[in-house]
Amino acid sequence: MALLQISEPGCSTAPHQHRLAVGIDLGTTHSLAATLRSGSAEVIPDERGASLLPSAVRYCAGQPPVVGQDALAAQTTDPLNTIVSVKRLMGRAFQDIAEAAQLPYRLLDAPGMVKLDTAAGAKSPVEVSADILRTLRTRSEAVLGGELTGAVITVPAYFDDAQRQATKDAANLSGLNVLRLLNEPTAAAIAYGLDQGAEGTYAVYDLGGGTFDLSILKLSRGVFEVLATSGNARLGGDDFDQRIYAWILSQTGAAQPSPRDMRLLLAAARDAKEQLSDASSVPLALALGNGQSVDLVLERAAFEEMTRDLVQQTLLPCRKALKDASLSLQDIKGIVLVGGATRMPCIRQAVAEFFGQAPLTNLDPDKVVALGAAIQANILAGNQQTGDWLLLDVTPLSLGIETMGGLTEKIIPRNATLPVTRAQEFTTFKDGQTAMSFHVVQGERELVADCRSLARFELRGIPPMVAGAARIRVTFQVDADGLLSVSAREQTSGVVAAVAVKPSYGLSDGEISRMLSESYQYAQQDLQARSLHEQLTEANRMLEAVAAALASDGDLLSAGERQAIDTLMAALTEATRGSDAGRVKVCLDNLNAGTQVFAGRRMDRSIRHALTGRAIGAIAA
Amino acid sequence: MSEAGAAMLDFAQNHLDLFGLPSRFDMDVAALEERYRTLQSAIHPDRHASAPETQRRLAEQWAGQVNEAYRVLKSPLERGRYLLSLHGVDALAPTQTSMPAEFLMQQMEWREELAEARGDHAALCRLEQALQQEHHGLLNALSSQLDELGQYEVAGETLRKLKFIARLEEEVGEAFEAW
Repeated sequence: MALLQISEPGCSTAPHQHRLAVGIDLGTTHSLAATLRSGSAEVIPDERGASLLPSAVRYCAGQPPVVGQDALAAQTTDPLNTIVSVKRLMGRAFQDIAEAAQLPYRLLDAPGMVKLDTAAGAKSPVEVSADILRTLRTRSEAVLGGELTGAVITVPAYFDDAQRQATKDAANLSGLNVLRLLNEPTAAAIAYGLDQGAEGTYAVYDLGGGTFDLSILKLSRGVFEVLATSGNARLGGDDFDQRIYAWILSQTGAAQPSPRDMRLLLAAARDAKEQLSDASSVPLALALGNGQSVDLVLERAAFEEMTRDLVQQTLLPCRKALKDASLSLQDIKGIVLVGGATRMPCIRQAVAEFFGQAPLTNLDPDKVVALGAAIQANILAGNQQTGDWLLLDVTPLSLGIETMGGLTEKIIPRNATLPVTRAQEFTTFKDGQTAMSFHVVQGERELVADCRSLARFELRGIPPMVAGAARIRVTFQVDADGLLSVSAREQTSGVVAAVAVKPSYGLSDGEISRMLSESYQYAQQDLQARSLHEQLTEANRMLEAVAAALASDGDLLSAGERQAIDTLMAALTEATRGSDAGRVKVCLDNLNAGTQVFAGRRMDRSIRHALTGRAIGAIAA
Repeated sequence: MSEAGAAMLDFAQNHLDLFGLPSRFDMDVAALEERYRTLQSAIHPDRHASAPETQRRLAEQWAGQVNEAYRVLKSPLERGRYLLSLHGVDALAPTQTSMPAEFLMQQMEWREELAEARGDHAALCRLEQALQQEHHGLLNALSSQLDELGQYEVAGETLRKLKFIARLEEEVGEAFEAW
């Protein structure tokens, strides 16, 4: 691998050094990357000039995976090894997949997440997604001419913790540094709001290939505040294709088609659906592999009739979100449409009827999410130090703990603004009980069995007491990515147990590192080199950050304190000149620890400044 | 005095102090929202994205604290409960069960009304209006008990009544949904 260049710490803080960052929309049907160039967000095209990458991956034995258009073209000739719509399988166990029979793959009931049997071996949806992301990373680095500092990856707002974690794992596997997981409707709102200078309360109706989200945001002087979000993580444009597919089968009386015919019919169904957005009827003429031929005409009216209930299903989350935000229809100033499926006239009409106003369609529904993510990525990469806008998002589903009788005790309610920390106390059930097991769940239902199981962990070493005497404080923390971590502490003895919630359906760290070593890109590359690379990147970032902090707030330190930090920085700089990843890590940790007090004082100063600024404003007003 | 020597802001300080608002129940909601946005604009982790890791973690904790304070102060019920806790009254403790007989009677009447009104839109509207009026009256009472009279035990009872009404209003809302 190429040697990394490290600049002198003093020189690396050049304020105008532009860090390369992208926003990536990892979609069910297609994926794309965008970046900010000379102040405006732009989609990054491939060498053929195409900006949308079909989310299709083909696996052949002994060869690197084929991603995108070329894979899509092979879906009828090699259906079992060509994976499309893999997003619908992310973070899902085999038994979660109700539509398994309709999927033209060999699904494997692997422990945790489902896997797909291909010519290149069993593939987890995480690995398939990582192959898509790797293609976009390579494309972006080629176009932008350098290594990416990081990426903001979008996820449906209604994705649960397991699906979010799976997405983050896929990004890490593809070699991307994840700056943030950003909710798709929120990303769209950023692109839309900044583009149109919008103020007020807006609804974002996002119907993608496989997921539906409805978010309500308040845009007020640069603050994007998500008031409520709702949706359905199993409803999207694909379901409309399935209805046409089922209709063709019923019309032709065909039996269960072969995987190849299934793909052919599904592709024709999608085509027909897209054409019906403009045409009032569309012919369907196909020759199937079994010699049978299909010769039908689908009227738009018939299509709308067979999909009416799907359209209706999107309106329930609209009602729920309005109710959760305590708003009525009159409070909504505009509705932004996102996702290719919102091109269907029946959707536009249903949205217009429900909200009592025509939806806004001035931005390309296929690109708006990636554009918004690019704007956020630019800020999080540190290119825009004093961004004049801020994003406040929420958690889509309630998080809780199983209590006696299989009931859910909610600890963090849905639509809580992130980041959020909430604690609750529990106690022992039996005399002398010394351990307690916790089952973390996500969902709105009262019975644990109806919620999504996220993780289980145990707190051991509780001193024996009578039942009900122990006080166990369970703390839930959801970070700005929407990812949960949980800890438990017995209050009288101080016994602690903590878990970063690696969902039951997720991948273990061991599995991730195995995938890393197996994946094509890293097969020949030394994993140690990768680890050193990561440490050096982090060290560089830290040195830059501390130098910048010292330059702006150095006056908060006494001469002695300043000296101590300088010494730690010098040690880290020295370590980065060597090739010992362990040593870099130690020096990095030391510098982190050594700047704790300084960090506290800086936060203090920024809060005081904020409040003083406000006080002056209040007097002037 | 230099900032280096100044006392640090207390992480667990009073929600109202954190927002620089007077310790009163009566609240200028516009000012609360404004200060929430100002505070988040200063401390949100996104605003410290390129700061050292320790500071980013601190920003995450502060942002969580500000979110929690805002959640409590925004809701009149939670705000009242919080103010009472500052005066040593745990208004919604499970041991606090006594309610005036009169209120309990009224409560039962409303519940009966709700049971009968299911499916009857006009009746639900009437009930909703009655509850809104009661809710409003209780908020006014709470405001004067907390801010003017300093009657904290009495205010605790008002808060419990308010909680009853709020739950009933929620059920009426659900009955509308089912309708």
